[in-house]
Order: sequence, then C-alpha cells, then structure tokens
Amino acid sequence: MQALTFKRGVHPPDGKALSAEQPIQVVLPKENSELFYPMSQHIGAPCEPLVAVGDHVKVGQKIAESPAFMSSPIFASVSGEVVDIRPMLVPGGVMVKSIVVKNDGKMEEIEGLNQGKDYTTMTNEEILAAIKGAGVVGLGGAGFPTHVKLNPPKDTPIDHILINAAECEPYLTCDYRLMVEEPERIVKGLQIMLKLHPNAKGVIGIEINKPKAIEAMTKACEGIDNIVVQPLVTKFPQGSEKHLIYAITKREVKSGALPASAGCIVDNVDTVVAIERAICKGRPLMRRVVTVSGKGIKNPGNYKIRTGMTLRDLVDAIGGFNEENPPVKLIAGGPMMGPTLYTLDVASVKTTSGLLCFTKEEAYIPEERNCIRCGKCVDHCPMGLMPFMLNFLALKGDGEAFVAHHGLDCIECGSCSYECPAKRQLAQSIRAVKKIEAGKKAAAAAAARAKAEAEAKAKAEKN
Amino acid sequence: MANFVVSGTPHVRSKESIQSIMRDVIIALVPASVMGIYYFGVRALILMVAAIVSAVFFEWLYEKLLKKPVTISDLSAVVTGLLLAMNMPASAPVWVAIVGSAFAIIFAKQLFGGLGQNFINPALAGRAFLLASYPTEMTSWTSAGNFGADAVSVATPLAQLKGGVMPDASFTDVLVGNIGGCIGETCAIALIIGGIYLIAKHVINWKVPVIYIATVFVLTALIGRDGLRVPVYEIFAGGLMLGAFFMATDYASSPVTAKGQVIFALGCGLITTLIRIFGGYPEGVSYSILIMNLAVPLIERFTEPTIFGALPKVKEAKKA
Repeated sequence: MQALTFKRGVHPPDGKALSAEQPIQVVLPKENSELFYPMSQHIGAPCEPLVAVGDHVKVGQKIAESPAFMSSPIFASVSGEVVDIRPMLVPGGVMVKSIVVKNDGKMEEIEGLNQGKDYTTMTNEEILAAIKGAGVVGLGGAGFPTHVKLNPPKDTPIDHILINAAECEPYLTCDYRLMVEEPERIVKGLQIMLKLHPNAKGVIGIEINKPKAIEAMTKACEGIDNIVVQPLVTKFPQGSEKHLIYAITKREVKSGALPASAGCIVDNVDTVVAIERAICKGRPLMRRVVTVSGKGIKNPGNYKIRTGMTLRDLVDAIGGFNEENPPVKLIAGGPMMGPTLYTLDVASVKTTSGLLCFTKEEAYIPEERNCIRCGKCVDHCPMGLMPFMLNFLALKGDGEAFVAHHGLDCIECGSCSYECPAKRQLAQSIRAVKKIEAGKKAAAAAAARAKAEAEAKAKAEKN
Repeated sequence: MANFVVSGTPHVRSKESIQSIMRDVIIALVPASVMGIYYFGVRALILMVAAIVSAVFFEWLYEKLLKKPVTISDLSAVVTGLLLAMNMPASAPVWVAIVGSAFAIIFAKQLFGGLGQNFINPALAGRAFLLASYPTEMTSWTSAGNFGADAVSVATPLAQLKGGVMPDASFTDVLVGNIGGCIGETCAIALIIGGIYLIAKHVINWKVPVIYIATVFVLTALIGRDGLRVPVYEIFAGGLMLGAFFMATDYASSPVTAKGQVIFALGCGLITTLIRIFGGYPEGVSYSILIMNLAVPLIERFTEPTIFGALPKVKEAKKA
C-alpha cells in the first residue's frame, strides 16, 4: 500500500535506535516509596479526592473523581496508606493537588478487579460507562477523556476511527514496542471502539520507518474486514491529529473544530490498549509504557510503570543516569514538543510518554540570530502559517495582528524552529502569545455569554 | 542537586545555519568567479578581494562603532562584497569597489537593521549607486582575454543589440563568457552550475530564477529590439543569469511566500525587458530587481498562504 502523508513538515533525525529494540520491561514501585496522584491528569474538570489522609487504599481503588462529564477518575496503582494531600509538580511544569500514597509493597488488589467482560454482549452505554469508569484518557499527550471522544454529538456521524501509531516524535518508541509485542490487544481495543461506531472503518496509521510494527499489526488484523493498516510517510508531525486525518482521509479539520467534525475519532496506541484492559480485563488505567532515552541515561528502554511513580524513582529503578556523561536537560515526552523538567521529583501521569535525558551535546542550544527571511519556516509549517511573521508580531506584542495572521491555529509542533537557520525560538514565542490571546478570546466569549444570559433574563422578567 | 537546562521546544535543531547558507552561496559563486579571473585577469581578482575585504571591514566597523554584536562570521558581508565585484567591469579602479562596498553595507544594509532587514539587495544598491556616481568607470568594458595595459575597449553584446546591430560574439562565446561585460556575469555556464548547486542544496528554489529567465526569453522573443528577435542573446549575455540566480533570490529582499515569488519573478522579467527595449540602458537586470524589491511588502500582503483547515472567508459565509 502506498504510504500517505500531509503537506510540508520536517525530517528530524529520529534517535529511536537507542531504545527501539528494547522489549518493554515492567518496573514496579519500591516498597515504602511515595506515589503521587495529581487531581488533573486530563483535559476537563479536575477531580476531588475520595480518600483522606490516613486511609488505606488498594490497587485499582478509585481515589478521586469529578461529577463533570468532561473529566476522568483516578485510581491507586499500589496499595498503602494515604500519607498526605498536597501540591506536587507534574511534567507540564505546574503544581497540582495530589494524593500521596506510601506503597506498602503488598500490591493488594481491591475486590471486583479483573472482572473482564465480553464486549460483544455489552450495550454501547455500558461500554462508554466502563471506559469512563476506568479513567481512560488520550495517552498520546493531550489527555482528552476517551469516553467524551467516543461519544460525539449525534449530528456528526463517524466513518473513520484512526489509531495514531505514527509515533513521529524522535526518540519515543513506546507505541512501537506495544505494536510489536501486543498487536492483538490493540486490534481488540479498536474492535471495541468500532462496536460503538459500526459504520466506521478502523485504520491503523504507522510510519514506514517501523516495518516490524506494520508487519505485526497487519498480521493481527488478518481476517478482520473493517480494519486496515495504513503505512504513512516518516515525517514530523505525522502524528498530529489533524495531519493524520488529512493523510488518511484527505479531509481538513477546520480551524477551531474537533476531529469528529471531519467524521474521525483519533486515538493513540496506548489509549487503545487501555480501552482493551478496561473492558476485557476489568482493570482501570494505572499503568503506562514510558520510553526513557537519550545518551544521558544508562539503560535506555521502554518501561511499563505504575502511574504516580516519581520520575526519580523510575530513573533509580532502571539503573540511573550515565555517570560518564550525565544529562544536562530532562524532557518529558519527545524532543519536538516535550516540556523540559528542572528536577526528577515529578509525578508520572497518565500522559507521560517519555523521559529524555539529554547530554551536553544533545542539549546544545544555538544562539539566536536575525531573521534572514529565508522562508524555510513558511515552507515547512504543516498548518500553512507564516511563523517568522508571527514571531515578529509576538515579540512586538501585537496580539491583534497575531490573531489576524492565524496565530491561534499554530499546533506548536516546532517544525519552524527546527528548520530555522537563524536558530530563532519561533515556536516558543508563538506559544507564549497564543496562550495570552486564547485566554483573551475565552474571556471575551464568556463575557458575551454572560451578557446574553443577563439580557435574556431581563427580557423574561419584563414579560 | 544537578541543575538542568530548561528551554522552549523543540529541543532538536537542524544543522543548517546562516553561515552554512552563506558558505553555500560563496561555493556556488566560485565557478563564475574563477571564470571572471580567467577572462579578465588579475585585475578582476584584485577588485574581488578589495570589495570583499572592504565589505567585511565596513560591517565590522559599523557594528563596533554602534556597540552591536559583530556578525561578520556569518559570511553575509563576504557574499555582498563578492557579488558587488562581480557586478563591476574589471577596468574599474579599486577605490570605486571600496566606495561601493561602503554604500552597500552601511546604507543599504546596516542602517536598516543589518542582516535580514535590508529591503533592497545591498550589492545591487551598491552597484546602482556606483553607476549613478561614476558612470565612466562603471561602463568601460574591456574584452575578455585582454589584461591590464592591453585592455581594449569593447561593446557588450547587449549594447550592440541596443544600437540595433547583431552582436559580434558568437553564441558559443556568449555561453562560455568570452565577451565583454562585468566580471562575474559573462560566463553563463558557470552561473548556471552555481545556481543548480544552490537549488540542489535547498538554499534557493527554482521558481524565481527559472520564471525570471523564462519571462525575459518569451517577452524579448515576442517584442524584439527593432526587429532583432534574439532571445538567446538576451538571456545568456548580460547580467540576467547572475541576477536571476544570485540577486533576485536574496532572502531579505524577495518575497517569502510561494505565490509572491512567482509574481516577483514575473515582475523582474517584465521590467528587465521594458528597460532593455524601451529604456535608455542596454541592460535592465539590476534596476528591475531593485524596483521589485520595493514591491515585496505589497506582494507579500496579498499572497499570504491559505492555512490548513481555513474557514470560508467571512464575506462568502455571509452570502451563503
């Protein structure tokens, strides 16, 4: 099958050789170590703790949830005592209220766990409730609650369910390992999603630099007529939701719209595995696969961890840093879009897909020079923006012009900064102003809504 | 506790830098420079060295005097100096080259903010300044192969066309550069080789040079000069190859957008032809590029690319 792709984009060196052939190893938290469960590991309303300091919790116990639809509950991944509820640093760089559990090492499981069901006998409502009840969110990075994604408005029929197996971020190999090692579970997870949308076609999109994954997934899909494996060109950001949809269906998700508007649901590989576990194994989301890589770590590889472990405990458990060439930069996620960390004392969360330990050479930051207007940022921007102009407007502080030049459509993939020969921090400056302008826009929308409501109320009172 | 570097994304960068781009431009100019020295002798070499050294010196001096970071290591001043020398006749005095470099670097480039901020091509601005100030020195053409005191004044093929006669030079002479003209402009083959190198290295794209040259070819073939329809001379003799591959593609003074580049190149081709046929000069490349340089902000304003997932325009939406 011909490999598909989108327009523009970049080809950074992939760095995957460090960890690609390392099988997934299970890393369990040590006895007496503390695990942190932040109340917000997803897009939507933060959870509230269901437990108090001093309580004893068991593996699989729901310890926090929110009544809001757009939210996702949180589960204990070890057994032990709740020793504190306090703010803790998460990979995104903010402090989030977290439940702290001291692991008693017994891994005592709560009753009712492991009651897997046959999804073919379940109703759609039951499946959605089970996915929500298991705390499944998009594990690719955004953390969009999966039950919301799988339940789009009635007027947007879904004809494609896409598994985002592009893994276009350099260095990351966790999705690749899952595809090579557990392809049947991915297919099973996808079949569950297809049960919800019987008219849809399942497409697993994999970049062609992962032939083993393509082979394994193709084999696992044999005999299933509504699922196909689609090879994709190796190019960044192929795994961007909008660009994956475009590559496979040639549909453009309109500015500001969600994938469902283009008839598509896109989920990451590990998310689909989490759906399979939730339904078929009856286990909520309390683990994930993390790629730890970079030249600054002694044993680069792919590790299945319990969420809540600190990254320090993870690094210690796998042999620590490379002492001869210790890292100077830590990145949560991939090198194109992952935020940097200033400490290892960070809670791993549902969306932690990678930890990169970059040595001095890998972390080299070149000096920023004048823009020479070479236009390479424009030639490579997958969104068709003019990053050099947005950078200029951002530095000038002209938010209005920034929005007029579609600054809010930037997906922050960093292709512009990657290509820039003047080494300008284009993506960073755009991201900063984007945050400000998006905030203003949201505030204006909220004000308009409040005004409309007040007017309607006044009108109603008049009558 | 170790201190970890915190920085914005992305954390990997391409190897390409301003310096590597400028180095590629210099490499691409080597064949034409060598041919220039071969045809016009050591005088050509002296002029090139003088223009390059003075361009770098004025850039350094300006930045030192204004206490700005010194950026001569990015090699852009070397490119400006070299291009200026290549746009001068070999017989021009050395001091003319130095004055031209000073104008190009200080007035056309640094006063507007330095690298990337110049709205016109510095080397061409320098050349235009010299042409206006020292017309005799700038238009005394010597024939190729005659050096120093033996230099014989000749008319360039385009000047002969302007005068209404067919050029003396054969087509082969024009192609290999065995004709009168500026140091770097005569050997069309060497310039094309350099241009292909730049396109292959993704420093420039093919659009601007190819469309520019094609426009001149087609228009001169259609209109002709007083009945002399010799488009091959029009494109291979004179400054078109040098201008199309190395000057019209200057990043700072040409459009960034793909559509803009097409308009820019068409405009350059049209103005070059108009100047050659209806204007007072036999040559029109420099001025056409300078004029189009001025139109770049306007062109860019109307050629902004359509974004991915663009919403229908507000006007259309209202109609619907």
